[in-house]
Amino acid sequence: MGNGIKFSEILVTGDPLILASQIAILLTSIAIVAGLTYFNKWSWLWREWLTTVDHKKIGIMYIIAGVVMFFRGGMDGLMMRAQTSQPGLEILSSQHYNEVFTAHGVIMILFMAMPLLIGLMNVIIPLQIGARDVAFPQLNALSFWLFFSGAMLFNIAFVIGGAPDAGWTSYFPLAGKEFTPNVGNNYYAISLQIAGIGTLMSGINFIVTILKMRTKGMTLMRMPMFTWTSFIASIIIVAAFPIFTVALGYMALDRIFGTHIFTISGGGEPMHWANLFWLWGHPEVYIVALPAFGIFSEIIATHSRKNLYGYSSMVISIVGIAILSMLVWVHHFYTMGSGPVVNSVFSITTMLIAVPTGMKIFNWLFTMRKGRIQMTNAMLWSLAFIPTFTIGGVTGVMLAMAAADYQYHNTMFLVAHFHYVLIPGVVFAVFAALYYWWPKMFGFTLNEKIGRWHFWLFNIGFNMTFMPMFFLGLKGMSRRMFTYQEGLGWEPLLLVSFAGSLILAAGFAAFCYNIYWSFRYASRDVSNDPWDGRTLEWATASPVQHYNFAKLPEVTGIDAYWKMKKEGTTGLIKEEIEPVHMPSNSGIPFFMGVVFTIVGLFLVFEWLIPALIASFLIFVGLIMRSFDYDDGYYVGVDEVTKTEQSWRGDL
Amino acid sequence: MKKYFLPLFLLSLVMFLTGCEMVVFQPEGPQARSILELINFSIVMMLFVIVVVFALFIYIVWKYRETAKNKDYEPEEEKGSIALEITWTVIPLLIVIALTIPTVLVTFAVEDVPKGYEDKEPITIHVTAADWKWIFSYPEEDIQTVNYVNIPIETPILFKLTSASTMQSFWVPQLGGQKYAMANMENELYLLAERPGTFMGRNTNFNGQGYAYMDFDVVAKTEADYEKWVQDVKQTAPTLTEEKYMHILYPGVVGRMTFNETHLQWVNHADHDAQIFLHQETYRNYYHTKGEGYEREYNTIEPRSSEEGGHNHGKRD
Ligand code: HEM
Ligand SMILES: [Cu+2]
Ligand SMILES: [Cu+2]
Repeated sequence: MGNGIKFSEILVTGDPLILASQIAILLTSIAIVAGLTYFNKWSWLWREWLTTVDHKKIGIMYIIAGVVMFFRGGMDGLMMRAQTSQPGLEILSSQHYNEVFTAHGVIMILFMAMPLLIGLMNVIIPLQIGARDVAFPQLNALSFWLFFSGAMLFNIAFVIGGAPDAGWTSYFPLAGKEFTPNVGNNYYAISLQIAGIGTLMSGINFIVTILKMRTKGMTLMRMPMFTWTSFIASIIIVAAFPIFTVALGYMALDRIFGTHIFTISGGGEPMHWANLFWLWGHPEVYIVALPAFGIFSEIIATHSRKNLYGYSSMVISIVGIAILSMLVWVHHFYTMGSGPVVNSVFSITTMLIAVPTGMKIFNWLFTMRKGRIQMTNAMLWSLAFIPTFTIGGVTGVMLAMAAADYQYHNTMFLVAHFHYVLIPGVVFAVFAALYYWWPKMFGFTLNEKIGRWHFWLFNIGFNMTFMPMFFLGLKGMSRRMFTYQEGLGWEPLLLVSFAGSLILAAGFAAFCYNIYWSFRYASRDVSNDPWDGRTLEWATASPVQHYNFAKLPEVTGIDAYWKMKKEGTTGLIKEEIEPVHMPSNSGIPFFMGVVFTIVGLFLVFEWLIPALIASFLIFVGLIMRSFDYDDGYYVGVDEVTKTEQSWRGDL
Repeated sequence: MKKYFLPLFLLSLVMFLTGCEMVVFQPEGPQARSILELINFSIVMMLFVIVVVFALFIYIVWKYRETAKNKDYEPEEEKGSIALEITWTVIPLLIVIALTIPTVLVTFAVEDVPKGYEDKEPITIHVTAADWKWIFSYPEEDIQTVNYVNIPIETPILFKLTSASTMQSFWVPQLGGQKYAMANMENELYLLAERPGTFMGRNTNFNGQGYAYMDFDVVAKTEADYEKWVQDVKQTAPTLTEEKYMHILYPGVVGRMTFNETHLQWVNHADHDAQIFLHQETYRNYYHTKGEGYEREYNTIEPRSSEEGGHNHGKRD
């Protein structure tokens, strides 16, 4: 056994909030197990979800996980706002606050934004390019279960062993054993590694899918913008995540095996962590922002009833953003003292990102010009994105100017800025996408009226929470402060911010209520094309048939489905239906997820021998997979015909 | 959107005008002032961008929204316009260039001795950040202070930044921008105060449990007052011992302190091979010593009382 943690120390004790969470987790688990048993749903769960390789179901699982994680991360946000709403409060202790903002940042970026966007990519991309699945369906399931394993590991940290507490950036030397000797930050190194491997595989999967699985006539320059942006985001994943993999590997070596790569003693070099982290971390922001840009492009075009303005320059701008995103990482530590030459160069590369981003904003505006703008909820979120993201963007340019950043760095000004980028740029996009594509996933639309509550509460709350932070930063409040003295002039602003976060939370509650309400009461009589869409996903049923397309569509231009509607070629001829080949379900990805969780937990606790033994199970999984000769199965013509008739009427 | 942007903006404006001072906008030295000029310039440029985008946005969304009247209107397809697309590439590019030039100039300027004070002999002060306090060593006067630093006005001060433990960031917003303090290395930062006053300084780089308390005061004094203070210290302050210094390095929050002699005689943490003083077991605190033990073993973290370390930032003496 290693020296990480003793059996008696596994459960975190001594804090009433954590005790309450432990009890709640226990009760919920019991309720879930009892419920599944009572309703006899275990085999349904196994057959339909845990072993599925269907990209739509995997996408839905990602989205559910992402929404749950948004709840967790949002609660953390509320706790932080409550703690700082008055000077000298003790709702959270210093240590607890540190764990909370660390969890908040990691969860929001890696376990909320990433799965929601990868989930949407999963559901939509094969449909948009006219494919029946992703290139490697079983790998896709494995990606999901590794993500899920990583997320679960990270989330139990606060009740088992202790939570990471060095910030989502986990800077060394603080994150090293020298200054945080407890197991908390091991969770960071191990759980993000597991989830990151899953993400990397997703990236590869989507690149291959988009390059190889496009239907006839779907040339690259005819792809819908969401597919384009996801494609570029996948390339960035493949370029950037390996850097994080290496950095986390070094971190694990330092913390668990006692090397001195990033430490201050023993000749380590903490600055390498900052470089590696941001070499991944800045592109990571674009990994989540680019698909979001794609979502807005789709929704704005559809709801203006026009094609996307400047399609080619949109493509050029995302490629430009992707390239630039790899060349700006130093702007996260201008203050490290690399000298004015280095800082000037990185100021310029950073500010240059504003140019392609500006191009996109104007293209969106001109897509709406001379259109007929329908104010559905999906469109409202896309509209709200433009001004709020502009605020995030211009403050980003201000931060990009090295000398000026010496005054904003690590202050609340920065916190305000990145929330003004990430919330419109990711959360608004996800909400817009969910309202827009919900019928494709579930066969009904979300309620528009409750959606309005969701929209207004969330937007008002969002601006109230984060606008004051710009001023707090200029008043000298640094980030990550769990408390502060009276008389600094921060109190009123922090109080407004707290009130705003409550309104924000009410908005999120309205969203959850909307899902609940719509599940129970919304009309199931929804057409395959409720928004008069332009791209191929609207050529499928709502919800989408499990084989996606009875006959793979043929594409003759941009906005393929719009063209088919204009030309009257959306129909299906009975005689053309052929058997559809589909991949079989597999339990291996789920098994691997469980094994990785176990190995991960042992590594976190630094129990090396058990970890070694358990990791043999990984090889068992690999061997099982290589002896898996299942070639999938065919959906017969009869079944396809029947399914198609159920929504198209007679063929 | 529009409905609440205006009130919100006005609210911010009111807070801006009536609230407590915004330190970044109250420079007391040339470094902070030149950064502020840069910031003001960027704000003007960015307000221009905001006005253009918001105006276009409001106009377009209002004009082309679906109403009862235009329900039958079918918009035409529109590919794009080379001329327009070039326009909104070139204009942002020009803005970026306009911002780049002053950025580079100021970025270089703040690395140097403050303009106008080149002939004045700078004073060197070593800054050692530790968990969770700031230690200032005056090699010339052979004085050491903790959590406050006295400086003469109108004299360039060369702060040599290093750390005895984690990474910190040294920031005195009214005097200039921040820079990191890192163990086994040294960063240099020139600051200068033009008028007497007490200015808030703070660590902005998160470094563990006592982080929120890691602030300090920069007290700028007239040359005569400064000299008097040095003489006072010489006569009244205790001499720093190695034992006392090791005690100060111990993780925890402390109040202000003043000593004769500096720790540089034993260790300069900026040296590449300087000894590292680790207190790993002290940090292994929270989960395993919480409850009674927590109180006992970990009670060094206390907010300082206002006489000890509280400051009246921004107010001139
Ligand atoms: C739902 C409402 C949200 C609230 C109330 C909120 C609140 C906060 C607050 C108060 C902080 C600063 C903590 C501090 O420095 O003391 C923070 C940090 C952060 N937030 Fe949020 N936030 C929210 C949503 C989000 C979202 C959607 C994202 C990302 C997609 C996000 C990403 C982050 C990150 C990365 C940090 C930095 C964490 C760190 O310092 O290590 N937040 N949030
Ligand atoms: Cu960045
Ligand atoms: Cu360094």
